[in-house]
Amino acid sequence: MNIKLKIWRQENSKVKGKFIDYVLDNVSPGMSFLEMLDALNTKLIQEGGSPVAFEHDCREGICGSCGLYINGRPHGPGEKSTTCELHMRSFKDGDTIIVEPWRAKAFPVIRDLIVDRSGFDEILKAGGFISVNAGAAPEANSILVNKEVSEEAFDVATCIGCGACVAACKNASAMLFVSAKISQLAILPQGKVEAAQRVQAMVAKMDELGFGNCTNTYACEAECPKGIKVINIARMNREFFTAKVVSQKTT
Amino acid sequence: MATLNSKIPEGPLSEKWTKYRAEMKLVNPANKSKLDIILVGTGLAGSSAASSLGELGYNVKVFCYQDSPRRAHSVAAQGGINAAKNYRNDGDSVYRLFYDMIKGGDYRSREANVYRAAEVSNATIDQLTAQGVPFAREYGGTLDNRSFGGVQVSRTFYSKGQTGQQCLLGAFSGLIRQVNKGTVKMYPRRDVLEIVVVDGKARGIITRNLVTGEIERHSAHAVVLATGGYGTIYYLSTLALNSNVSAAWSAFKKGAFFGNPSFIQIHPSSIPVLNEYQAKLTLMSESLRNDGRVWVPKEKGDHRHANEIPEEERDYYLERRYPAYGNLVPRDVGSRAAKERCDAGYGVGETGLAVNLDFKDAIAKQGKKAIENKYGNLFEMYEKITGINPYVEPMRIYPAGHYTMGGLWVDYELMTTITGLYAIGESNFSDHGANRLGASSLMQCAGDGYFVIPNTIGNYLAGEIRTAKIQTSLPEFEEAEKSAKARIEKLMAVKGTKTVTSFHKRLGKIMWDFCGMSRNEAGLTKALTLIDELNDEYWKDVKVPGSNNELNQELEKAIRVADFFGIAKLMVIDALNRKESCGAHFREESQTETGEAKRDDANFAYVSAWEYKGENQSPILHKEELKFENVELKIRDYK
Repeated sequence: MNIKLKIWRQENSKVKGKFIDYVLDNVSPGMSFLEMLDALNTKLIQEGGSPVAFEHDCREGICGSCGLYINGRPHGPGEKSTTCELHMRSFKDGDTIIVEPWRAKAFPVIRDLIVDRSGFDEILKAGGFISVNAGAAPEANSILVNKEVSEEAFDVATCIGCGACVAACKNASAMLFVSAKISQLAILPQGKVEAAQRVQAMVAKMDELGFGNCTNTYACEAECPKGIKVINIARMNREFFTAKVVSQKTT
Repeated sequence: MATLNSKIPEGPLSEKWTKYRAEMKLVNPANKSKLDIILVGTGLAGSSAASSLGELGYNVKVFCYQDSPRRAHSVAAQGGINAAKNYRNDGDSVYRLFYDMIKGGDYRSREANVYRAAEVSNATIDQLTAQGVPFAREYGGTLDNRSFGGVQVSRTFYSKGQTGQQCLLGAFSGLIRQVNKGTVKMYPRRDVLEIVVVDGKARGIITRNLVTGEIERHSAHAVVLATGGYGTIYYLSTLALNSNVSAAWSAFKKGAFFGNPSFIQIHPSSIPVLNEYQAKLTLMSESLRNDGRVWVPKEKGDHRHANEIPEEERDYYLERRYPAYGNLVPRDVGSRAAKERCDAGYGVGETGLAVNLDFKDAIAKQGKKAIENKYGNLFEMYEKITGINPYVEPMRIYPAGHYTMGGLWVDYELMTTITGLYAIGESNFSDHGANRLGASSLMQCAGDGYFVIPNTIGNYLAGEIRTAKIQTSLPEFEEAEKSAKARIEKLMAVKGTKTVTSFHKRLGKIMWDFCGMSRNEAGLTKALTLIDELNDEYWKDVKVPGSNNELNQELEKAIRVADFFGIAKLMVIDALNRKESCGAHFREESQTETGEAKRDDANFAYVSAWEYKGENQSPILHKEELKFENVELKIRDYK
């Protein structure tokens, strides 16, 4: 296949970026999207150019490092798949593909297609944990958890923190990500003890970092590679208001 | 000069850890905050260690190359995590878990360490569960278990096929909680270039900031490496692409011995290489061989579609060669058998480097629904990558580099031969001998991080309470920084014609061909020359674009590949020395009449611990004799 690419190039966070056009021949349909970019980079290096910087690591859809805006969609055209799981058979010979970094104020560009997603860890730092020291845990089977509840917690816990939800949202809201973590810990009995403080601390941090609000477009759910549902946002809001009303410890 | 003292406590096996903890020195809580610890790597071992050490009150600095610690490659572990809870009442115990690991490792690991790993496994499950890890449950609300890799009990805790992800996120939540409390400070997007040793003690690291290119000095009273394995030595492997050996290698060059470097597990079933640009091999769980039948055509170079090849023209070679175990032979045997068929020209697919894993008979017998229930997510994953529907035609699989049992040599306290430098998790050599059993790597990582290192490091730091903050202005830091900078400048100055990746691929091929699933004297000897030649070429012809003062992913790779040349050679030297076959290390000269691995306990019941002697010098072999006081050495038998 012959592929035309329009790729966002930006040397660092301080300078302006722009789209640059590339043409790549001999693309095989079996290549992954990132392997196609590897091939482009090999070509660029050999021609004395500067390779395109993009983030990646496990290349099997679980680490959450990769994340590109491809033809206007986070992670490209595949359903429930990360950028690294996307393959070139999803495109046709002669296609033009537009590749951009995540677009969100809270995710500034570091270089080319790499953005700074440390805001996510800042939110988790505020309360995305259960306070139990090593050595203090009770015997595992002393905490009984209903099987369905456990599976529900697992489903939200599969979030890989890639940021596609933020990139998909016109408001750059982080609510799907934050609600997934809050839900996991609010559903499980182990996490209920601190639930009220957790939701308040995490929501406050999310707002402080400049992530936008939710206006119910559901774009986040549509683009989430792990199929996290927006119902979690409703749960987070419920948790938040209950906590505000009930808790003495307002933040 | 470092000496090899494994510091195994006296007394009966089951009392060693208790005795050690009763006698170890403690650090007063008020003193802990004055002691700095550097921790490199944030997989399950690193994250759990960071949180535990932070909880104790130490001042911890954590480094990882990813943008966030929660992306480290423990995240990709699939199957599960073992513990000796005996929830199934099926005869499990700490001793049985210990025994299975010793035997599974083909009697090349240290009894005391393995026993302790089994001993702390139960507390690990308690800890992870309390942190909100959603392990699978029974209807009554208790934790579920499944069986794994040939053992006779059900002791594996799991979260569907994403146990590693869930365990890592649990451990990470503990880490981030300590960041919140101020005991742990995160330094993401950093590569370690040098370990700094002052007066014989590890006192710091030199890092490269991957965003700015800045070379930084960081000091501490002790340094802990949790940097994982070096399976990417083969270029294509099941590991994350940026996994590397650089921190461990710099420790080796500063005096830490390297244990059993050639012991590396090749997993039999990964999705094979599909094109020349392929960068990664994705694992297809071993459990598929419960129902899938492995075959290649009987005719060489038969290029017909798999479904068009009639039954009588198929060679179910595992069933033919191993009628007793059939498709369920152990990992090492399955891998070698696939390689043998493909090397002989019977492989399938465009490259000829693949074998069929066929579910046709299982689907006919049990129905599609039953197969979907068992393996649905794996079938989906396979189709996503290959575009082939495994319900209607066979999967294609091939072995891939997976896990390094070898690693930095450590004593009972997990301290390397450099005082104050520790190695935990996959980065050390200690718990898996010559072959690792499934679901025991997460177990070891979390055990090391939560319960072993927080105890043993205190025994050392108790002697350091009078040591003031280590100054990064010391000449040793100056020297290490200079050496790191010089290496980078040298790499940038080559300005050759070939990409870093092209060298990594060629090195990977040498290692795969001569120091992979099957090894022999002639091949290994040849590999030594080939590695040297390629290394020379690398330093003459590698092309690293850009500069060192910016985010430069090609430079990152170039530094890592330079270190891969070193470990590659050490692996080959180790494989040459060990003239026996054991576990994953198969020396063709040492096999039974039926082609099985033949151990030589009289001559090789030891850990090879290699000492660095300089750039162009041969490393020196030290032997840690393995004493088996509790287990009788037997032949692993699959007949």
